[in-house]
Amino acid sequence: MRGLLTVPAGADMAAVIDLDRGWLLHPQVAVRPEPFGALLYHFGTRKLSFLKNRTILAVVQSAAAHETLRNALRGNGVGPADEPPYVHALDVLAASNMLVQRDSQ
Amino acid sequence: MNATSTTPRLIEQFERGLDAPICLTWELTYACNLACVHCLSSSGKRDPRELSTRQCMDIIDELQRMQVFYVNIGGGEPTVRPDFWELVDYATAHQVGVKFSTNGLRITPKVAQRLAKSDYVDVQISLDGATAEVNDAVRGAGSYDMAIRALENLASAGFADAKISVVVTRNNVGQLDAFAALAQRYGATLRITRLRPSGRGVDVWDELHPTAEQQVDLYNWLVAKGERVLTGDSFFHLSGLGAPGALAGLNMCGAGRVVCLIDPVGDVYACPFAIHDRFLAGNVLSDSGFDNVWKNSALFAELRAPQSAGACGSCGHYDSCRGGCMAAKFFTGLPMDGPDPECVVGYGESSLAQPRTMPRPGTDHSRGKPVMLNLSMRPPARACNESPV
Repeated sequence: MRGLLTVPAGADMAAVIDLDRGWLLHPQVAVRPEPFGALLYHFGTRKLSFLKNRTILAVVQSAAAHETLRNALRGNGVGPADEPPYVHALDVLAASNMLVQRDSQ
Repeated sequence: MNATSTTPRLIEQFERGLDAPICLTWELTYACNLACVHCLSSSGKRDPRELSTRQCMDIIDELQRMQVFYVNIGGGEPTVRPDFWELVDYATAHQVGVKFSTNGLRITPKVAQRLAKSDYVDVQISLDGATAEVNDAVRGAGSYDMAIRALENLASAGFADAKISVVVTRNNVGQLDAFAALAQRYGATLRITRLRPSGRGVDVWDELHPTAEQQVDLYNWLVAKGERVLTGDSFFHLSGLGAPGALAGLNMCGAGRVVCLIDPVGDVYACPFAIHDRFLAGNVLSDSGFDNVWKNSALFAELRAPQSAGACGSCGHYDSCRGGCMAAKFFTGLPMDGPDPECVVGYGESSLAQPRTMPRPGTDHSRGKPVMLNLSMRPPARACNESPV
């Protein structure tokens, strides 16, 4: 139970995130905010993930409103020094198709 | 990484319960065409008090409001309810995804095509042997062929990623690779879960549950090859066999905290393996709805309170297994604050050797008493021992 995110075994861990592009939650992903962060459920892949704090939730939820993912991080107070665990979590979310690139829709 | 250091560990938050379950099991009917010897809900005959279509839809409305993403529908054989497909459609139209467990009875080519068109329905085919001999000994004659036919129909219709759901027993634990190969053949995912002494399982658990040696093999198989195998988090009692985190999943008991069971008459139990008054939280009809039962039942408050490690308190593995499965202890007549009957240190075995009283399941809808077939696990010494010809 390390990191900001828990994903089921079998998620593809390939690094795919590009912080300088626009990303958003896949339209089939539902978000249920919880005191610890949030539950994410992807109705297409039927995978459940846990976001483990409110900041990563805010980054993910506001991603669509920012031109780039980096802006979404900064907009939620995540500076370059704090960002590695967030980038890792976003990377895993992208690899499991929870986050998709805006122009790949 | 200190982003979570100010808040309790996730697992501790889950142990205190969430405002709504992460997912829940909903047995729609006690009616079943099969009579598996280990049926956890002692199914067979329909209960005349089973919820009406309207009552089921009211529950779905509530689940939607609570943002329960999906329900695991089972039974009995849920597809024998005449309104089954209507309820599936109603749920998915209300943002409640459906995973349903079936023995394959109604998964015709036409139904398979219909299922393939939905993004919100997942199908789980129960199979407890990778061969007809092993499967049919516990699930009944013809049940292997029925399940395989369903898998073929789903694959032909283009239904991606069906689940093959296996209860691991003494007789099929050696077939894990064969199950994985079956799953691959049908483009399906393997799901394996623990045999519990629940329902009719109480009568066969002693002879069917994997031996201590098999538990170790099972654990090693999961760690080595289980990356794409689902387990419903059901083997957390084995997590002490290796390093923390080696076994995928939350590795905690979610009963009444993040999961529960709604039975066919609307009774809410702490988990699917705990159909007994001891674990009955309330009823959706007589206790003002599911949301109220989930949030306010005295039983669930008890399960969400800190638990005593009891006799396990001094064991170095307690942090991993947390005492194991409550239902497995209860139905084998072991104390709730002691070791799991399949405790990896072996404390369960010595407890099982003590005099104990096994509680009977709370409800029984069996049609008579199913009989387990004997398996000849050794090849016959001479061909004529098997065949008179």
